[in-house]
Amino acid sequence: MTSNISPTSAIEATTIHVEKLDNGMTVVVQPMPWQRTAAMALSLRGGVSVEDPSKGGLAGMACEMVQRGAGSYSSRDLVAVQDNLGIDRNSGVSTSMTSFSAAMPADSLPQCIAIHADVVRRPHLPSDQLDDARLMSIQELRAMQDEPTHRVMRRLRELHYGENLGRSIFGTESGLTAITPDDVRDYFTDHYHAGESIFSVAGRVEIDQVVTMAKEAFGDWKSLPATELPAVDRKATYEHIESPSSQTHIGFAFPSIPYGDDDYFRMRAGIGILSDGMSSRLFDRVREQRGLCYTVSASCHSLKKAGGVFGYAGTTPERAQETLDVTLGEIARMTEDLQQAELDRWKVRIQSGLIMEQESSASRASSLASDLYQVGRVLTTEELESAIESITLDDIRDHWDKNPPTDYTIVTLGPKALQVKLP
Amino acid sequence: MPEFRETTLPNGLRIAAEIDNRGYSAAFGYFVRSGARDEVDHESGLSHFLEHMMFKGTANRSAADVNRELDELGGQGNAYTSEEQTVYYATVLPKFQDRIVDLLSDMMRPSLAEVEFETERDVILEEIAKYEDQPPFGAFERALEVYFGPRGLGRRVLGTSESIETMKCEAMRAYFQRRYRPENMVLAASGNVDFDGLVEQAEKLSADWASTPMPSTPDPDDDKTVPAGISIDRHLEIPDAHQAYLIRMTDGPSAACDDRFATRALAAVVGDEGGSRLFWDLIDTGKAEVATVWPQEFMDTGAWFTYLVCDPADVKSNTKLIEDVIDRVVKDGVQKEELDQAINKATAGCIMQSERPSNRLFGLGSRWLTHREYFSTDDMLDRLKSLDVAAVSAAAKKYCSGESIEILAAKS
Repeated sequence: MTSNISPTSAIEATTIHVEKLDNGMTVVVQPMPWQRTAAMALSLRGGVSVEDPSKGGLAGMACEMVQRGAGSYSSRDLVAVQDNLGIDRNSGVSTSMTSFSAAMPADSLPQCIAIHADVVRRPHLPSDQLDDARLMSIQELRAMQDEPTHRVMRRLRELHYGENLGRSIFGTESGLTAITPDDVRDYFTDHYHAGESIFSVAGRVEIDQVVTMAKEAFGDWKSLPATELPAVDRKATYEHIESPSSQTHIGFAFPSIPYGDDDYFRMRAGIGILSDGMSSRLFDRVREQRGLCYTVSASCHSLKKAGGVFGYAGTTPERAQETLDVTLGEIARMTEDLQQAELDRWKVRIQSGLIMEQESSASRASSLASDLYQVGRVLTTEELESAIESITLDDIRDHWDKNPPTDYTIVTLGPKALQVKLP
Repeated sequence: MPEFRETTLPNGLRIAAEIDNRGYSAAFGYFVRSGARDEVDHESGLSHFLEHMMFKGTANRSAADVNRELDELGGQGNAYTSEEQTVYYATVLPKFQDRIVDLLSDMMRPSLAEVEFETERDVILEEIAKYEDQPPFGAFERALEVYFGPRGLGRRVLGTSESIETMKCEAMRAYFQRRYRPENMVLAASGNVDFDGLVEQAEKLSADWASTPMPSTPDPDDDKTVPAGISIDRHLEIPDAHQAYLIRMTDGPSAACDDRFATRALAAVVGDEGGSRLFWDLIDTGKAEVATVWPQEFMDTGAWFTYLVCDPADVKSNTKLIEDVIDRVVKDGVQKEELDQAINKATAGCIMQSERPSNRLFGLGSRWLTHREYFSTDDMLDRLKSLDVAAVSAAAKKYCSGESIEILAAKS
C-alpha cells in the first residue's frame, strides 16, 4: 500500500534568474539561502564530437592543458589557491561540451569565478607540458581498458550513436600520440568562447552579485557559432569481445527519445519500472528471483537530439545466455502486467530525489546547466514534480506500444560469444 | 546547530542521533559489530552473505515486501559489510521516519529461509566473480591476507568461492544469533529526526531481541593451515591487464589512537589526488595513473597503504620515485604551507559534507558503535585546526619508515 504522496510543501519557493549576455552566454542563478555553500558550472560548446577523428582525445587534452597555468597563476598556484579557498572542482569533456564545475563555501565564489575566467580565457598552454598531459591521458585510456564494464559500454555507445556521435571521451592511443601544441592551441581558439555557453550558479548567493560577477568575468569574451552535433549513425548489431574474464559482461542498447522530448517522462517512467529501485522488474526478476547476477540495470541516456536506453548485466559465462534472454524478455513484456503500485513507487523515488536535491548546491547547479542545454530553459522543481505526478499507466503503455524496444545493439565481453537473435 | 542525543535501551541497543530539524531529509542506519574478522574458517564470507539475507524477508514481510517497501519510501538505502561491521541504512523524507524505522528494525530479525539462502548463494558467487574482473583484481584482499594473515582482519569480506559454495544455512543462523545481539548494535540517525519518537518506536520493536539464547562459540581455527580457496602469493598473475597494480602495507594508527588526525593530514600532503607531493611527481607528469597513500584505521590497529598503478614497464622507476618522496618527508617533515593547504581543503570538505544528513550518518553510527564517542562537525574542524607541522612530521617518522609488505597484480 503506497500512501498518497504530495511533497509540494517540502519544495522551497525560490527565484531562478536566467539572463543571456550579448555574447551568447546564458547566466542562470538559483539562490538557496538555507545552504552554507555555493556551486558553479561552466559549460562550453565543443567536446569530443568536434575532434578530427585522427586526433581522438584532443578535447580532453585541451581541457587538461588550460589548467596547467592561466592568468597570473602557474599550474601549482592554481591548485594551491583553489585548495586554500576550499574549492572542490571537476572538469571534463563530453560529446558536445567542455565543463568546469566547482562546489565551495559560499564566500569563495567571487574568487572561484575569477579563477575560472582565467582558465578558460587566459590559459598559458605551456608547450613544454604537452608531453606530460599526453602521458596522463594515455594513463586514463589504459585504465579504462582494464575495466571490462567500461569496455563493453564504451563500444556499445560507439555502435549505438555511430563513430562520430558515439566517440570516446578518452580518445585513442594513436590520436593522443598525434596531438601537437598547435592542435591544442587551435582547439582552444575555436572552441573556448562564450557562444551558446552556460554559466550556472546555485547556493547561498545573491542574484545581482552573481550576474555582476559573471558579466565582469565573461561579458567581453569573444563569441563564435557553436558547431552542430554530427548525425546518429547507428548499427543494430551484435559484437563479442574475447577475454579470459571471470564474468561475461553484457551490454545492450536500443534507440529512444532524449530528455526534453514531450514524451520523455512517459518513457522514463517505463524504464524506472524496469530498473529503478530494488523492487524494479530487472532487479527483482533477474537477480532476486533467479540469482543470475549481482548487477543488472537499464537507464536512459540523452544527447541533444538523440537518446537511448542502455543496459548492463554481468554474470558467469555458463549463465550468461539465460541472463541475456531473461533480461530482454522482461523488457519485451514490460507493459503486459503493469501495476499502479509500480508507478507510485517510481514517483515517490523521483519526488524524494527532487526534494533532497535542495540539500546540494552542486547538484542543483548541474541540473540548471543540463536543462538549459537540453531543453533550452530551466525546469523548476515544481514543474518537474507535476509532470511526474500526472503520468498514468496508460501514458506509459501507450508510449511503449507506439515505440517498442527494437533494433538492439548488443556487446558482450567474456570467454564465449552468446546466441543473439537480431531481426 | 545540530544537537546530539543518545540513549541505551534496557536490552542493550544503543541509539545515537545528530538532529537538525532544518533538514529536508533524515538518514537512519543499524550499525552491527559483525564483520569478516568475527568469522572462523567455515564462516568465511558469512557476515556479508548475511547482509544480503537480511533483505530476504522476516516473520512479517516477504523478501519482495522488503524491497518494495524500501522503494515505496523513496529511500536511498542499502547496506555494506567491512572487516569490522555491517551497516544497513536509508535516507528518506522526514515524514517517512516511522515507516523506515519499522522496516529497518524488522529486517534486523530475518527469516533466513533455506530457499532464499540457496538463490542468494548464486548472487554472492556472481559478486565474487565481478570483483575478480575489476582492477586491482583482488590485490587489496591479498595485501590484507599477507599483512594480517588470512584470518582476523586478513579474512576476505566476500569469502571465497569455495567457502560460499559449501556454506550452510545453519551456520548462518548460529552466526546471526552470536553477532546480532542488541548490545552489539547501534541505531543511528541524522538530519530532520524526531528523537523521542525514534526511541519509543525502537524500544517497542526491539523488545524481544535479547531473548534468543547465545549459541556456543565455534572452535578456533588451526593457525597452521591456510583456509580453503586462499593463496598468499605476493604476485597475482592477471593475463589481460594493461596496467600494473602495486600495493604496499605497513603500520598505521588505530581508530582509537590520537595520531590518526596527523596521519590523515600526512596522507593528504603526500598522496592527495589533486595537489600532493606524489601528484606533482608522478601523476601530473603522466608517469602513473595512481600514486597515493592513505591510513586505514581499524578498532584496535591500523595500516598505512601505498598504491601505485602504471605501465608494468615503469613499476620499478615509479617505486623509486615514491620511495624518494617518502624518504624526504620522513627526514625533513612537512612544510607549513602545504599542511595549511591540506587543512583548508579538508575543512571545506567537512563543511560541504555536513550539508547532507546521509553523509553524517556513517561517521556517527560507526564511531558510536566502536568507541561510544561523538564528533560534531565543529569538533572535527577544531581537530583539523589544531594540527601542526611538528605533529604531522612526527607521524611521518613513526609510520613511514617501517618494513612493508608488497603485492603486485600484473601480467608478467
